[in-house]
Amino acid sequence: MKILPKFAIAALAALALVTSVPAQAAPKKDFKVAWSIYVGWMPWGYAADNGIVKKWADKYGINIEVVQFNDYIESINQYTAGSLDGVLSTNMDALAIPSVGGVDTTALIVGDYSNGNDAIILKDKKSLADIKGQKVNLVELSVSHYTLARALETVGMSEKDVTVVNTSDADMEAAWKTSDVTAMVTWNPMVASIMQDSRANSVFDSSALPGEIQDLLVVNTDTLNDNPEFGKAMVGIWFETLALMQSGTPEAKAARESMAKASGTDLAGFEGQLKTTKMFWTPAEMVAFTDGDLVPAMDKVRNFLFTHGLLGNNAASADVVGIEFSDGKIIGDKSNVKFRFTDKYMKLAADGKL
Amino acid sequence: MRRLINQYPSVLNRLLLAVLPFALVFLAYAVASEARLADNPADKLLPAWATIQAAIIRMGFVPDMRTGDFLLYVDTMASLERLAIGVAFATVIGGIIGILQGLIPYVRAMMVNFTSVVSMIPPLAILPILFITFGLGELSKVVLITFGILPYIVRDLAQRTEEIPHEQIIKAQTLGASTWQIILRVVLPQMLPRLIDSVRLSLGSAWLYLIAAEAIAAENGLGYRIFLMRRYLAMDVILPYVFWITFLAFTLDFILRFTQRSLFRWMYRGQA
Repeated sequence: MKILPKFAIAALAALALVTSVPAQAAPKKDFKVAWSIYVGWMPWGYAADNGIVKKWADKYGINIEVVQFNDYIESINQYTAGSLDGVLSTNMDALAIPSVGGVDTTALIVGDYSNGNDAIILKDKKSLADIKGQKVNLVELSVSHYTLARALETVGMSEKDVTVVNTSDADMEAAWKTSDVTAMVTWNPMVASIMQDSRANSVFDSSALPGEIQDLLVVNTDTLNDNPEFGKAMVGIWFETLALMQSGTPEAKAARESMAKASGTDLAGFEGQLKTTKMFWTPAEMVAFTDGDLVPAMDKVRNFLFTHGLLGNNAASADVVGIEFSDGKIIGDKSNVKFRFTDKYMKLAADGKL
Repeated sequence: MRRLINQYPSVLNRLLLAVLPFALVFLAYAVASEARLADNPADKLLPAWATIQAAIIRMGFVPDMRTGDFLLYVDTMASLERLAIGVAFATVIGGIIGILQGLIPYVRAMMVNFTSVVSMIPPLAILPILFITFGLGELSKVVLITFGILPYIVRDLAQRTEEIPHEQIIKAQTLGASTWQIILRVVLPQMLPRLIDSVRLSLGSAWLYLIAAEAIAAENGLGYRIFLMRRYLAMDVILPYVFWITFLAFTLDFILRFTQRSLFRWMYRGQA
């Protein structure tokens, strides 16, 4: 019995060490940002590997670590749990995971929107209406699910008219090859690969939903406010990398080739995916989009999240989380703003003040 | 001798010591959860007990808004059905192959290397082949469980069969028993309780394969729910599901042990 208290204290001490407490926001020097493979995010990997990240971090006297995650959702979960300062995420997932989880999140860079990267593919059937009654394989609660819900609206159907089968994105291509899979919603590069099958027909894609599926760099709002250098450096890195890609020099080609290779395709495949991605190549384009009317898009997204129970169990309406736009307009709960758009940093880039 | 290995805790202390690790885990959770919630009241990673409780009520006792089903019940039944079918197939096939491999030299010559090699293949690594062969439906999930645990059961049972004292086999032969009669009257009765042991030890892996299969493509099931909820870090649902799975696994183990004890009392004769 004597050994008990000592043992208990030792065990408690050990447990106290392993249980983490979220990082407190305050001025700091070291920042960690995670990205995962997606056509619009490949520049981050290139920038990290080719010294662009270091160059801008040094300019502002900070350290930025840009790490690649193999698992997209895990990177967002890690960000939400507090172990990352920023993450590459769609507007929908950023709203559903960190913002609903109480982490005040700012879209620092609105990199692109999906302009065909997300598609509904039917086997042998040629029109969207044929999807009625089918089993649809997709990653549930993802932008694929959102694309499906929006597509069904356009033909007067709802999710009740189909059966959704949750399928891991890593197994989409293998799943397509099985005979019991007849309908699928997925994104690039899987779409490009599946469309090579002669039986595959793309019956709807995200080019019909312009601006609704945005690919963002989101960062912790408190961290950003306490460390504006972090925001400036990230925007600087982004536009320097994009400018390099657009420069038309042999270097640009090499950069694109390296991004293509890193995303598991070749240059032609990568260019093909870029075509279905509406990239904002210049700061001016990004500012114009961010300052444009994003309310309808965000409203549709939050309503999808609400009807699928992703805004939390206590949510009485889609208004539970406030969303602030770059002009200061807020939709939803004004006292619980957890998702923000800002043009502040991209404007610095547009005005050449970085 | 006053050495550590000779000191036994009293009944009360034994109970306290058994409870201690559990209590410590709960305490650590409570402390960490409190700290995170103080920082961010909407934290999803380590939700408060009340949040978890609300999730349990929502999943287990309130019909789902969209389908009208009790989700925990639907998930449990779907998962248990897959598990039961998968394990049942593995038990029957494993039992037959194991006994034959252990008893009949020709079968052993053919199978022993094959089963050793196959048992080293991680089934999760060849999932795409499994899908394309068996489809994405229920069949592939059951097959994954069966293939996952079959090699272990075969090897274990073959070894147990070989451990049967050879005198018994010879004695049966002097009494005129044929191979078939030896299998039926000498080997099988002794192997049935071993088979239950083998299945018990495989159950952990069977659960692993079940959850993996449900994570990849499913419409319901305990693993499906956990991976779906993970998409938005709903630990308030995931944690009760993990407890529930642990409880189910523990219960199954208990049932198997109890069945073995009551059906094969002779195995325990002579033991304290």
